[in-house]
Amino acid sequence: MSPRPVRTAPGAPERPLQITVDGDPVEGVAGRSIAGILLAAGRTSWRTARSGAPRGVFCGIGVCFDCVLTVNGVPDVRACRRRATDGDVVTTQTRAAADNGEAGA
Amino acid sequence: MTAAPRTEDRRHVVVVGAGPAGLAAAGSALAAGARVTLADAAERPGGQYHRTLPEEFGGPRDGGSHFARLRRRVLDHPHCTWLAETSVWALERPDPEQPGPPRVHTLTGPADGNDRPRRVLTPDALVLAPGAHDRVLPFPGWELPGVYAAGAAQALVKGERLAVGDDVLLAGSGPFLLPVATALLTAGAGVREVLEANTPKTVAAGWTRRPWQLAAQPAKAAELARCTALLVRHRVPYRMGRTVIEARGDGRVEEAVTARLRPDWSVVPGSERTVPVDALCVTHGFTPQLELPLAAGCALLRTPAGEFVAVDADQRTTMPGVYAAGEITGIAGAPAARTEGALAGWCAAGGDPAAPALHRVRRNRERGRAFAARLAAAHPVGPAWPGWLRPETVICRCEETDYGTLRSAATDASGAAPRVIKLATRAGLGPCQARICGPTVAELTARLHSPPPGRPAEGLPPAAPHRRPLAQPIRLGELARTPDGPEPDPKESTA
Repeated sequence: MSPRPVRTAPGAPERPLQITVDGDPVEGVAGRSIAGILLAAGRTSWRTARSGAPRGVFCGIGVCFDCVLTVNGVPDVRACRRRATDGDVVTTQTRAAADNGEAGA
Repeated sequence: MTAAPRTEDRRHVVVVGAGPAGLAAAGSALAAGARVTLADAAERPGGQYHRTLPEEFGGPRDGGSHFARLRRRVLDHPHCTWLAETSVWALERPDPEQPGPPRVHTLTGPADGNDRPRRVLTPDALVLAPGAHDRVLPFPGWELPGVYAAGAAQALVKGERLAVGDDVLLAGSGPFLLPVATALLTAGAGVREVLEANTPKTVAAGWTRRPWQLAAQPAKAAELARCTALLVRHRVPYRMGRTVIEARGDGRVEEAVTARLRPDWSVVPGSERTVPVDALCVTHGFTPQLELPLAAGCALLRTPAGEFVAVDADQRTTMPGVYAAGEITGIAGAPAARTEGALAGWCAAGGDPAAPALHRVRRNRERGRAFAARLAAAHPVGPAWPGWLRPETVICRCEETDYGTLRSAATDASGAAPRVIKLATRAGLGPCQARICGPTVAELTARLHSPPPGRPAEGLPPAAPHRRPLAQPIRLGELARTPDGPEPDPKESTA
Protein backbone atom coordinates (compact mmCIF):
# COMPACT_ATOMS: atom_id res chain seq x y z
CA MET A 1 0.00 0.00 0.00
CA SER A 2 0.93 3.58 -0.53
CA PRO A 3 0.51 6.62 1.64
CA ARG A 4 -3.15 7.32 2.10
CA PRO A 5 -5.44 9.89 3.59
CA VAL A 6 -6.97 9.10 6.96
CA ARG A 7 -9.95 10.58 8.69
CA THR A 8 -9.00 11.76 12.13
CA ALA A 9 -11.61 14.52 12.30
CA PRO A 10 -14.88 12.92 11.30
CA GLY A 11 -17.60 15.36 10.42
CA ALA A 12 -15.35 18.04 9.00
CA PRO A 13 -16.54 18.70 5.47
CA GLU A 14 -13.88 18.22 2.83
CA ARG A 15 -13.73 20.67 -0.05
CA PRO A 16 -12.49 18.87 -3.15
CA LEU A 17 -10.09 20.54 -5.53
CA GLN A 18 -8.21 19.54 -8.63
CA ILE A 19 -4.67 20.22 -9.75
CA THR A 20 -2.90 19.02 -12.87
CA VAL A 21 0.43 17.26 -12.68
CA ASP A 22 2.32 17.12 -15.96
CA GLY A 23 -1.03 17.60 -17.67
CA ASP A 24 -2.89 14.86 -15.80
CA PRO A 25 -5.70 15.83 -13.43
CA VAL A 26 -5.17 14.86 -9.78
CA GLU A 27 -8.00 15.13 -7.27
CA GLY A 28 -7.28 16.49 -3.81
CA VAL A 29 -8.88 18.29 -0.92
CA ALA A 30 -8.42 21.87 0.22
CA GLY A 31 -6.05 22.23 3.15
CA ARG A 32 -3.39 19.81 1.94
CA SER A 33 0.01 20.73 0.59
CA ILE A 34 0.88 19.76 -2.95
CA ALA A 35 3.08 17.02 -1.48
CA GLY A 36 0.13 15.83 0.59
CA ILE A 37 -2.12 15.67 -2.46
CA LEU A 38 0.47 13.71 -4.45
CA LEU A 39 1.08 11.29 -1.57
CA ALA A 40 -2.66 10.81 -1.03
CA ALA A 41 -2.96 10.04 -4.74
CA GLY A 42 -0.43 7.25 -4.30
CA ARG A 43 2.65 8.96 -5.71
CA THR A 44 5.78 8.71 -3.58
CA SER A 45 8.12 10.39 -6.06
CA TRP A 46 7.91 13.21 -8.59
CA ARG A 47 11.40 14.50 -9.13
CA THR A 48 14.57 12.96 -10.46
CA ALA A 49 17.99 13.61 -9.05
CA ARG A 50 21.07 14.19 -11.21
CA SER A 51 21.55 10.44 -11.70
CA GLY A 52 17.90 10.02 -12.68
CA ALA A 53 16.98 8.46 -9.32
CA PRO A 54 13.42 9.24 -8.17
CA ARG A 55 12.80 11.56 -5.20
CA GLY A 56 9.77 12.68 -3.24
CA VAL A 57 9.19 13.82 0.33
CA PHE A 58 12.00 13.28 2.81
CA CYS A 59 12.07 15.89 5.60
CA GLY A 60 8.46 17.04 5.20
CA ILE A 61 9.15 20.45 6.77
CA GLY A 62 10.96 22.42 4.09
CA VAL A 63 14.57 21.66 4.95
CA CYS A 64 15.80 19.10 2.39
CA PHE A 65 14.44 20.40 -0.96
CA ASP A 66 13.99 16.82 -2.22
CA CYS A 67 10.33 17.50 -3.09
CA VAL A 68 10.71 20.60 -5.29
CA LEU A 69 8.53 21.01 -8.37
CA THR A 70 7.19 23.75 -10.62
CA VAL A 71 3.89 25.41 -9.65
CA ASN A 72 2.10 27.65 -12.14
CA GLY A 73 5.33 28.24 -14.01
CA VAL A 74 7.46 29.01 -10.96
CA PRO A 75 10.22 26.39 -10.52
CA ASP A 76 11.79 25.02 -7.32
CA VAL A 77 8.73 25.23 -5.08
CA ARG A 78 8.92 22.92 -2.06
CA ALA A 79 5.82 20.75 -2.44
CA CYS A 80 5.70 20.04 1.32
CA ARG A 81 5.52 23.75 2.11
CA ARG A 82 3.11 24.93 -0.58
CA ARG A 83 -0.60 24.75 0.09
CA ALA A 84 -2.45 23.55 -3.01
CA THR A 85 -5.10 25.77 -4.58
CA ASP A 86 -7.75 24.65 -7.02
CA GLY A 87 -6.44 24.63 -10.57
CA ASP A 88 -2.74 24.70 -9.73
CA VAL A 89 -0.68 23.62 -12.72
CA VAL A 90 2.15 21.49 -11.45
CA THR A 91 5.03 20.15 -13.50
CA THR A 92 7.67 17.82 -12.18
CA GLN A 93 11.35 18.66 -12.40
CA THR A 94 14.55 16.89 -13.06
CA ARG A 95 17.74 18.12 -11.55
CA ALA A 96 19.25 18.47 -15.02
CA ALA A 97 16.53 20.99 -15.94
CA ALA A 98 16.95 22.87 -12.69
CA ASP A 99 20.66 23.23 -13.41
CA ASN A 100 19.85 25.19 -16.56
CA GLY A 101 17.41 27.51 -14.90
CA GLU A 102 17.18 29.32 -11.63
CA ALA A 103 18.35 27.08 -8.84
CA GLY A 104 17.23 27.58 -5.26
CA ALA A 105 19.46 30.06 -3.46
CA MET B 1 1.21 57.91 37.71
CA THR B 2 2.29 57.86 34.09
CA ALA B 3 0.12 57.14 31.12
CA ALA B 4 0.72 53.89 29.26
CA PRO B 5 3.09 54.43 26.32
CA ARG B 6 1.56 54.75 22.88
CA THR B 7 2.08 51.77 20.59
CA GLU B 8 4.85 53.43 18.59
CA ASP B 9 6.73 54.45 21.76
CA ARG B 10 6.82 50.95 23.17
CA ARG B 11 9.94 48.87 23.03
CA HIS B 12 9.75 46.73 19.89
CA VAL B 13 10.59 43.04 20.28
CA VAL B 14 10.77 40.87 17.15
CA VAL B 15 10.32 37.15 17.78
CA VAL B 16 11.35 34.73 15.02
CA GLY B 17 9.59 31.38 15.25
CA ALA B 18 6.18 30.72 16.79
CA GLY B 19 6.63 27.26 18.27
CA PRO B 20 6.48 26.69 22.03
CA ALA B 21 9.53 28.93 22.67
CA GLY B 22 8.59 31.77 20.31
CA LEU B 23 4.97 31.99 21.35
CA ALA B 24 5.91 32.00 25.03
CA ALA B 25 8.46 34.74 24.29
CA ALA B 26 5.83 36.82 22.52
CA GLY B 27 3.40 36.33 25.41
CA SER B 28 5.82 37.44 28.11
CA ALA B 29 7.23 40.33 26.05
CA LEU B 30 3.65 41.63 25.67
CA ALA B 31 3.08 41.14 29.39
CA ALA B 32 6.20 43.20 30.07
CA GLY B 33 4.73 46.08 28.03
CA ALA B 34 6.53 45.72 24.72
CA ARG B 35 5.20 45.89 21.19
CA VAL B 36 5.81 42.51 19.55
CA THR B 37 6.19 41.34 15.96
CA LEU B 38 5.95 37.56 15.78
CA ALA B 39 7.02 35.90 12.51
CA ASP B 40 6.75 32.27 11.45
CA ALA B 41 6.90 30.39 8.16
CA ALA B 42 3.69 28.52 8.99
CA GLU B 43 0.15 29.80 8.62
CA ARG B 44 -0.57 29.41 12.32
CA PRO B 45 1.59 29.49 15.44
CA GLY B 46 2.52 26.17 16.98
CA GLY B 47 5.67 24.86 15.36
CA GLN B 48 6.05 21.14 14.89
CA TYR B 49 4.99 20.34 18.45
CA HIS B 50 1.62 22.09 18.26
CA ARG B 51 1.09 21.59 14.55
CA THR B 52 -2.67 21.47 13.90
CA LEU B 53 -4.89 20.64 10.99
CA PRO B 54 -5.79 23.51 8.68
CA GLU B 55 -9.17 25.20 9.02
CA GLU B 56 -10.39 23.31 5.96
CA PHE B 57 -10.13 20.12 8.00
CA GLY B 58 -12.00 21.41 11.00
CA GLY B 59 -9.21 23.55 12.39
CA PRO B 60 -7.45 23.23 15.73
CA ARG B 61 -9.09 20.79 18.06
CA ASP B 62 -7.20 21.89 21.16
CA GLY B 63 -9.28 24.95 21.92
CA GLY B 64 -8.98 24.65 25.70
CA SER B 65 -5.31 23.74 26.00
CA HIS B 66 -2.77 26.00 27.62
CA PHE B 67 -1.18 26.51 24.22
CA ALA B 68 -4.46 27.44 22.50
CA ARG B 69 -5.21 30.00 25.22
CA LEU B 70 -1.74 31.50 24.92
CA ARG B 71 -2.08 31.59 21.13
CA ARG B 72 -5.33 33.52 21.37
CA ARG B 73 -3.93 35.88 24.00
CA VAL B 74 -0.91 36.69 21.85
CA LEU B 75 -2.65 36.99 18.48
CA ASP B 76 -5.52 39.09 19.91
CA HIS B 77 -3.23 41.44 21.82
CA PRO B 78 -3.49 45.06 20.63
CA HIS B 79 0.30 45.43 20.60
CA CYS B 80 1.07 42.26 18.68
CA THR B 81 1.68 41.97 14.94
CA TRP B 82 1.48 38.41 13.68
CA LEU B 83 3.32 37.75 10.42
CA ALA B 84 2.08 34.39 9.13
CA GLU B 85 3.77 32.56 6.22
CA THR B 86 6.79 34.77 6.74
CA SER B 87 10.37 33.69 6.09
CA VAL B 88 13.21 35.52 7.76
CA TRP B 89 15.80 35.23 5.02
CA ALA B 90 18.56 37.45 6.40
CA LEU B 91 19.70 39.34 9.46
CA GLU B 92 21.74 42.41 8.82
CA ARG B 93 23.99 43.63 11.58
CA PRO B 94 24.32 47.37 12.12
CA ASP B 95 27.70 49.08 11.92
CA PRO B 96 30.03 48.07 14.73
CA GLU B 97 29.67 51.72 15.87
CA GLN B 98 25.91 51.40 16.16
CA PRO B 99 24.59 49.45 19.09
CA GLY B 100 21.53 47.31 18.80
CA PRO B 101 20.27 44.07 17.31
CA PRO B 102 20.34 43.32 13.59
CA ARG B 103 17.70 44.38 11.10
CA VAL B 104 15.36 41.54 10.15
CA HIS B 105 14.61 40.90 6.47
CA THR B 106 11.33 39.12 5.80
CA LEU B 107 9.32 37.75 2.90
CA THR B 108 5.61 37.09 3.36
CA GLY B 109 3.48 34.81 1.22
CA PRO B 110 3.14 31.26 -0.08
CA ALA B 111 6.36 29.26 0.25
CA ASP B 112 8.83 29.79 -2.60
CA GLY B 113 6.53 32.21 -4.40
CA ASN B 114 8.09 34.72 -6.76
CA ASP B 115 6.51 38.02 -5.81
CA ARG B 116 6.27 38.07 -2.04
CA PRO B 117 6.27 41.41 -0.24
CA ARG B 118 9.64 42.19 1.34
CA ARG B 119 9.91 43.95 4.66
CA VAL B 120 12.69 45.12 6.92
CA LEU B 121 12.04 45.15 10.67
CA THR B 122 14.15 47.22 13.04
CA PRO B 123 13.73 45.76 16.52
CA ASP B 124 14.92 47.11 19.86
CA ALA B 125 15.47 43.48 20.83
CA LEU B 126 15.36 40.23 18.90
CA VAL B 127 14.33 36.80 20.19
CA LEU B 128 15.43 33.90 18.00
CA ALA B 129 13.39 30.70 18.38
CA PRO B 130 13.69 28.91 15.02
CA GLY B 131 13.79 25.38 16.47
CA ALA B 132 15.45 22.29 15.05
CA HIS B 133 14.93 19.61 12.43
CA ASP B 134 15.54 15.86 12.34
CA ARG B 135 19.05 14.63 11.95
CA VAL B 136 19.13 11.46 9.85
CA LEU B 137 22.36 9.51 9.47
CA PRO B 138 22.92 8.11 5.99
CA PHE B 139 22.68 4.39 5.25
CA PRO B 140 22.46 2.48 1.97
CA GLY B 141 19.12 3.26 0.33
CA TRP B 142 18.07 6.19 2.56
CA GLU B 143 17.47 8.28 -0.58
CA LEU B 144 14.70 5.94 -1.83
CA PRO B 145 11.21 7.46 -1.95
CA GLY B 146 9.21 6.13 0.98
CA VAL B 147 12.09 6.69 3.40
CA TYR B 148 11.14 9.67 5.55
CA ALA B 149 12.64 11.68 8.35
CA ALA B 150 10.45 10.80 11.34
CA GLY B 151 9.42 14.46 11.59
CA ALA B 152 7.91 14.22 8.09
CA ALA B 153 5.66 11.34 9.10
CA GLN B 154 4.54 13.30 12.16
CA ALA B 155 3.96 16.49 10.19
CA LEU B 156 1.90 14.64 7.58
CA VAL B 157 -0.41 13.18 10.20
CA LYS B 158 -0.68 16.32 12.33
CA GLY B 159 -1.00 18.83 9.52
CA GLU B 160 -2.45 16.91 6.57
CA ARG B 161 -4.26 13.85 7.90
CA LEU B 162 -2.06 11.54 5.93
CA ALA B 163 -0.44 8.25 6.98
CA VAL B 164 2.79 7.44 5.13
CA GLY B 165 2.02 3.73 4.87
CA ASP B 166 0.40 0.60 6.21
CA ASP B 167 3.58 -1.29 6.99
CA VAL B 168 5.80 1.28 8.61
CA LEU B 169 9.10 0.70 10.34
CA LEU B 170 10.35 3.39 12.71
CA ALA B 171 14.04 3.45 13.59
CA GLY B 172 16.68 5.67 15.09
CA SER B 173 17.26 6.97 18.55
CA GLY B 174 15.56 9.09 21.16
CA PRO B 175 12.15 9.54 22.77
CA PHE B 176 10.90 11.30 19.61
CA LEU B 177 10.32 7.83 18.13
CA LEU B 178 7.39 7.39 20.52
CA PRO B 179 5.21 10.41 19.60
CA VAL B 180 5.83 9.64 15.93
CA ALA B 181 4.67 6.06 16.48
CA THR B 182 1.67 7.42 18.37
CA ALA B 183 0.78 9.81 15.56
CA LEU B 184 0.97 7.02 12.99
CA LEU B 185 -1.11 4.63 15.09
CA THR B 186 -3.81 7.19 15.82
CA ALA B 187 -3.97 7.87 12.07
CA GLY B 188 -4.60 4.18 11.47
CA ALA B 189 -1.20 3.36 10.00
CA GLY B 190 0.28 -0.05 10.63
CA VAL B 191 3.51 0.23 12.60
CA ARG B 192 5.59 -2.99 12.36
CA GLU B 193 8.11 -2.16 15.04
CA VAL B 194 9.95 0.70 16.69
CA LEU B 195 13.72 0.32 16.89
CA GLU B 196 15.86 2.28 19.35
CA ALA B 197 19.49 1.96 18.25
CA ASN B 198 20.95 2.40 21.72
CA THR B 199 21.18 -0.62 23.97
CA PRO B 200 19.04 -0.87 27.12
CA LYS B 201 22.18 -0.33 29.19
CA THR B 202 23.03 3.00 27.53
CA VAL B 203 19.45 4.26 27.70
CA ALA B 204 19.00 3.22 31.33
CA ALA B 205 22.34 4.70 32.39
CA GLY B 206 21.42 8.03 30.78
CA TRP B 207 17.92 8.31 32.19
CA THR B 208 18.29 6.90 35.68
CA ARG B 209 21.37 8.82 36.70
CA ARG B 210 19.99 11.43 39.15
CA PRO B 211 16.40 10.11 38.94
CA TRP B 212 15.00 13.01 41.00
CA GLN B 213 15.56 15.26 37.97
CA LEU B 214 13.10 13.17 35.99
CA ALA B 215 10.38 13.71 38.56
CA ALA B 216 10.66 17.40 37.70
CA GLN B 217 9.40 16.74 34.16
CA PRO B 218 5.94 15.28 34.89
CA ALA B 219 4.53 16.41 31.55
CA LYS B 220 7.25 14.59 29.63
CA ALA B 221 6.93 11.47 31.78
CA ALA B 222 3.15 11.39 31.27
CA GLU B 223 3.56 11.87 27.52
CA LEU B 224 6.00 8.96 27.33
CA ALA B 225 3.70 6.78 29.43
CA ARG B 226 0.78 7.52 27.09
CA CYS B 227 2.88 6.69 24.02
CA THR B 228 4.16 3.46 25.55
CA ALA B 229 0.66 2.35 26.53
CA LEU B 230 -0.51 2.90 22.97
CA LEU B 231 2.36 0.80 21.58
CA VAL B 232 1.42 -2.00 23.97
CA ARG B 233 -2.24 -1.77 23.02
CA HIS B 234 -1.41 -2.02 19.33
CA ARG B 235 1.12 -4.81 20.03
CA VAL B 236 3.91 -2.84 18.39
CA PRO B 237 7.28 -4.18 19.52
CA TYR B 238 9.75 -1.59 20.85
CA ARG B 239 13.23 -3.06 20.47
CA MET B 240 16.46 -1.61 21.74
CA GLY B 241 19.92 -2.18 20.35
CA ARG B 242 18.59 -2.71 16.83
CA THR B 243 18.30 -0.42 13.84
CA VAL B 244 17.84 -0.17 10.09
CA ILE B 245 21.14 -0.44 8.23
CA GLU B 246 19.78 -0.61 4.69
CA ALA B 247 16.67 0.24 2.66
CA ARG B 248 15.98 -1.62 -0.58
CA GLY B 249 13.46 -1.29 -3.35
CA ASP B 250 12.90 -0.59 -7.02
CA GLY B 251 12.00 3.09 -7.31
CA ARG B 252 10.66 3.19 -3.73
CA VAL B 253 11.33 1.45 -0.45
CA GLU B 254 10.07 -2.13 -0.33
CA GLU B 255 12.14 -3.73 2.39
CA ALA B 256 14.39 -2.76 5.25
CA VAL B 257 17.40 -4.61 6.60
CA THR B 258 17.63 -4.35 10.36
CA ALA B 259 20.51 -5.47 12.55
CA ARG B 260 21.43 -5.77 16.19
CA LEU B 261 23.89 -3.15 17.39
CA ARG B 262 26.59 -3.11 20.03
CA PRO B 263 26.65 -0.10 22.38
CA ASP B 264 28.97 1.74 19.96
CA TRP B 265 26.45 1.10 17.11
CA SER B 266 28.67 -1.41 15.33
CA VAL B 267 26.63 -4.19 13.72
CA VAL B 268 26.56 -7.61 15.38
CA PRO B 269 27.51 -9.93 12.46
CA GLY B 270 24.81 -12.38 11.49
CA SER B 271 22.03 -10.43 13.24
CA GLU B 272 20.61 -8.97 10.02
CA ARG B 273 16.94 -9.43 9.28
CA THR B 274 14.96 -8.36 6.20
CA VAL B 275 11.44 -7.02 6.73
CA PRO B 276 8.95 -5.92 4.08
CA VAL B 277 7.83 -2.30 4.54
CA ASP B 278 5.97 0.34 2.55
CA ALA B 279 7.49 3.20 4.52
CA LEU B 280 10.52 3.70 6.70
CA CYS B 281 10.81 6.59 9.17
CA VAL B 282 14.17 7.47 10.64
CA THR B 283 15.49 9.92 13.23
CA HIS B 284 18.89 10.20 14.91
CA GLY B 285 18.35 13.29 17.00
CA PHE B 286 17.97 16.91 15.96
CA THR B 287 19.99 19.62 14.27
CA PRO B 288 19.38 23.09 15.70
CA GLN B 289 18.66 25.70 13.00
CA LEU B 290 21.64 27.93 13.57
CA GLU B 291 21.61 30.09 10.43
CA LEU B 292 19.98 33.10 12.08
CA PRO B 293 22.01 33.05 15.34
CA LEU B 294 25.20 32.81 13.26
CA ALA B 295 24.04 35.62 10.99
CA ALA B 296 23.41 37.71 14.10
CA GLY B 297 26.96 36.99 15.26
CA CYS B 298 26.03 34.90 18.30
CA ALA B 299 28.74 32.68 19.80
CA LEU B 300 28.11 28.95 19.91
CA LEU B 301 28.72 26.52 22.72
CA ARG B 302 30.20 23.10 21.98
CA THR B 303 28.51 20.32 23.99
CA PRO B 304 28.70 16.52 23.78
CA ALA B 305 25.35 16.69 21.94
CA GLY B 306 26.61 19.20 19.34
CA GLU B 307 26.86 22.97 18.94
CA PHE B 308 24.18 25.27 20.35
CA VAL B 309 23.74 29.00 20.89
CA ALA B 310 25.48 30.16 24.07
CA VAL B 311 23.10 32.04 26.41
CA ASP B 312 23.38 33.54 29.88
CA ALA B 313 20.94 33.28 32.79
CA ASP B 314 18.55 35.71 31.01
CA GLN B 315 18.69 33.84 27.62
CA ARG B 316 20.89 36.66 26.30
CA THR B 317 23.29 35.64 23.52
CA THR B 318 26.75 37.15 23.15
CA MET B 319 25.30 39.81 20.79
CA PRO B 320 23.67 42.86 22.39
CA GLY B 321 19.89 42.83 22.13
CA VAL B 322 19.73 39.28 20.75
CA TYR B 323 18.11 36.52 22.81
CA ALA B 324 17.77 32.81 22.02
CA ALA B 325 15.26 30.25 23.24
CA GLY B 326 14.21 26.68 22.56
CA GLU B 327 15.99 23.93 20.69
CA ILE B 328 18.78 26.20 19.39
CA THR B 329 20.15 26.42 22.94
CA GLY B 330 19.88 22.66 23.58
CA ILE B 331 17.49 19.84 22.64
CA ALA B 332 15.10 19.46 25.56
CA GLY B 333 11.57 19.41 24.13
CA ALA B 334 8.58 21.70 24.33
CA PRO B 335 8.23 22.30 28.12
CA ALA B 336 11.85 23.47 28.36
CA ALA B 337 11.48 25.58 25.21
CA ARG B 338 8.42 27.27 26.72
CA THR B 339 10.24 28.32 29.90
CA GLU B 340 13.23 29.60 27.93
CA GLY B 341 10.93 31.57 25.68
CA ALA B 342 9.06 33.10 28.61
CA LEU B 343 12.34 34.25 30.15
CA ALA B 344 13.79 35.51 26.84
CA GLY B 345 10.66 37.48 25.95
CA TRP B 346 10.42 39.11 29.35
CA CYS B 347 14.08 40.17 29.42
CA ALA B 348 14.05 41.28 25.76
CA ALA B 349 11.08 43.53 26.55
CA GLY B 350 13.07 45.21 29.29
CA GLY B 351 11.25 43.45 32.13
CA ASP B 352 13.03 43.29 35.49
CA PRO B 353 15.22 40.14 35.37
CA ALA B 354 14.87 39.86 39.16
CA ALA B 355 11.05 39.93 39.16
CA PRO B 356 9.74 37.41 41.70
CA ALA B 357 7.37 35.98 39.09
CA LEU B 358 10.43 34.69 37.26
CA HIS B 359 11.64 32.45 40.10
CA ARG B 360 9.55 29.52 38.98
CA VAL B 361 10.40 30.10 35.32
CA ARG B 362 14.11 30.06 36.12
CA ARG B 363 13.77 26.90 38.19
CA ASN B 364 11.91 25.18 35.36
CA ARG B 365 14.54 26.38 32.91
CA GLU B 366 17.27 24.72 34.99
CA ARG B 367 15.24 21.53 35.03
CA GLY B 368 14.90 21.75 31.27
CA ARG B 369 18.68 22.03 30.97
CA ALA B 370 19.17 18.97 33.18
CA PHE B 371 16.63 17.11 31.03
CA ALA B 372 18.60 18.03 27.88
CA ALA B 373 21.79 16.62 29.39
CA ARG B 374 20.08 13.35 30.32
CA LEU B 375 18.46 13.07 26.90
CA ALA B 376 21.88 13.45 25.27
CA ALA B 377 23.40 10.86 27.64
CA ALA B 378 20.62 8.32 27.14
CA HIS B 379 20.43 8.58 23.34
CA PRO B 380 23.90 9.33 21.96
CA VAL B 381 24.84 8.65 18.34
CA GLY B 382 27.17 5.64 18.54
CA PRO B 383 30.61 6.37 17.08
CA ALA B 384 30.68 3.19 14.93
CA TRP B 385 27.71 4.14 12.72
CA PRO B 386 29.90 4.78 9.62
CA GLY B 387 30.33 1.00 9.54
CA TRP B 388 26.89 0.91 7.85
CA LEU B 389 28.22 2.88 4.89
CA ARG B 390 29.46 1.42 1.63
CA PRO B 391 31.57 3.31 -0.92
CA GLU B 392 28.48 3.90 -3.10
CA THR B 393 26.23 5.05 -0.23
CA VAL B 394 24.83 8.53 -0.88
CA ILE B 395 25.99 11.06 1.74
CA CYS B 396 24.75 14.34 0.20
CA ARG B 397 21.22 13.75 -1.09
CA CYS B 398 21.16 16.87 -3.29
CA GLU B 399 24.41 16.26 -5.14
CA GLU B 400 24.43 12.46 -4.74
CA THR B 401 27.99 12.56 -3.41
CA ASP B 402 28.88 9.07 -2.22
CA TYR B 403 30.94 7.94 0.74
CA GLY B 404 33.81 6.69 -1.43
CA THR B 405 34.23 10.11 -3.06
CA LEU B 406 34.06 11.90 0.28
CA ARG B 407 36.58 9.50 1.78
CA SER B 408 39.14 9.95 -0.96
CA ALA B 409 38.78 13.74 -0.83
CA ALA B 410 39.08 13.83 2.95
CA THR B 411 42.15 11.64 3.04
CA ASP B 412 43.89 13.38 0.13
CA ALA B 413 46.94 15.06 1.60
CA SER B 414 46.79 17.91 -0.95
CA GLY B 415 43.92 19.58 0.80
CA ALA B 416 41.38 18.31 3.25
CA ALA B 417 40.04 21.69 4.38
CA PRO B 418 36.24 21.80 4.54
CA ARG B 419 35.98 24.21 1.61
CA VAL B 420 38.27 22.12 -0.57
CA ILE B 421 36.25 18.99 0.18
CA LYS B 422 33.04 20.82 -0.59
CA LEU B 423 34.29 22.00 -3.96
CA ALA B 424 35.93 18.68 -4.83
CA THR B 425 32.94 16.49 -3.95
CA ARG B 426 30.03 18.96 -4.24
CA ALA B 427 28.69 17.65 -0.92
CA GLY B 428 26.67 20.50 0.59
CA LEU B 429 26.51 22.59 -2.58
CA GLY B 430 23.01 21.51 -3.65
CA PRO B 431 19.67 23.21 -3.06
CA CYS B 432 19.49 22.38 0.67
CA GLN B 433 22.90 23.99 1.18
CA ALA B 434 24.15 21.24 3.51
CA ARG B 435 21.21 21.44 5.90
CA ILE B 436 20.82 17.66 5.70
CA CYS B 437 24.37 16.43 5.05
CA GLY B 438 26.36 19.18 6.81
CA PRO B 439 26.67 17.59 10.26
CA THR B 440 27.40 14.18 8.70
CA VAL B 441 30.07 15.49 6.33
CA ALA B 442 31.69 17.44 9.17
CA GLU B 443 31.76 14.36 11.37
CA LEU B 444 33.00 11.98 8.69
CA THR B 445 35.75 14.28 7.46
CA ALA B 446 36.91 14.98 11.02
CA ARG B 447 37.32 11.24 11.54
CA LEU B 448 38.94 10.57 8.19
CA HIS B 449 41.66 13.18 8.63
CA SER B 450 44.78 11.91 10.12
CA PRO B 451 46.47 15.34 10.05
CA PRO B 452 44.55 18.25 11.59
CA PRO B 453 42.27 20.10 9.16
CA GLY B 454 43.86 22.69 6.91
CA ARG B 455 44.04 26.32 7.93
CA PRO B 456 41.10 28.52 6.90
CA ALA B 457 41.65 30.41 3.68
CA GLU B 458 43.15 33.87 4.07
CA GLY B 459 40.59 36.59 4.72
CA LEU B 460 37.63 34.24 5.08
CA PRO B 461 35.87 33.21 8.27
CA PRO B 462 36.39 29.56 9.17
CA ALA B 463 33.92 27.29 7.39
CA ALA B 464 30.97 26.32 9.55
CA PRO B 465 28.12 24.12 8.43
CA HIS B 466 25.44 26.60 9.41
CA ARG B 467 27.05 29.78 8.05
CA ARG B 468 24.67 30.76 5.25
CA PRO B 469 24.47 34.40 4.22
CA LEU B 470 20.91 33.75 3.04
CA ALA B 471 19.07 31.86 5.74
CA GLN B 472 16.12 30.99 3.50
CA PRO B 473 15.78 30.81 -0.28
CA ILE B 474 14.88 34.08 -1.96
CA ARG B 475 14.30 34.55 -5.67
CA LEU B 476 16.55 36.97 -7.51
CA GLY B 477 13.53 39.07 -8.51
CA GLU B 478 12.53 39.45 -4.87
CA LEU B 479 16.10 40.25 -3.86
CA ALA B 480 16.25 43.00 -6.47
CA ARG B 481 13.04 44.61 -5.22
CA THR B 482 12.98 47.54 -2.88
CA PRO B 483 11.56 46.58 0.48
CA ASP B 484 7.81 47.20 0.63
CA GLY B 485 7.67 50.15 2.94
CA PRO B 486 7.90 50.16 6.70
CA GLU B 487 6.79 47.55 9.14
CA PRO B 488 3.11 46.79 9.39
CA ASP B 489 1.23 48.24 12.32
CA PRO B 490 -0.17 46.04 15.01
CA LYS B 491 -3.58 44.71 13.96
CA GLU B 492 -2.51 44.67 10.35
CA SER B 493 -1.37 41.12 10.79
CA THR B 494 -1.06 38.96 7.71
CA ALA B 495 -3.21 36.18 9.13
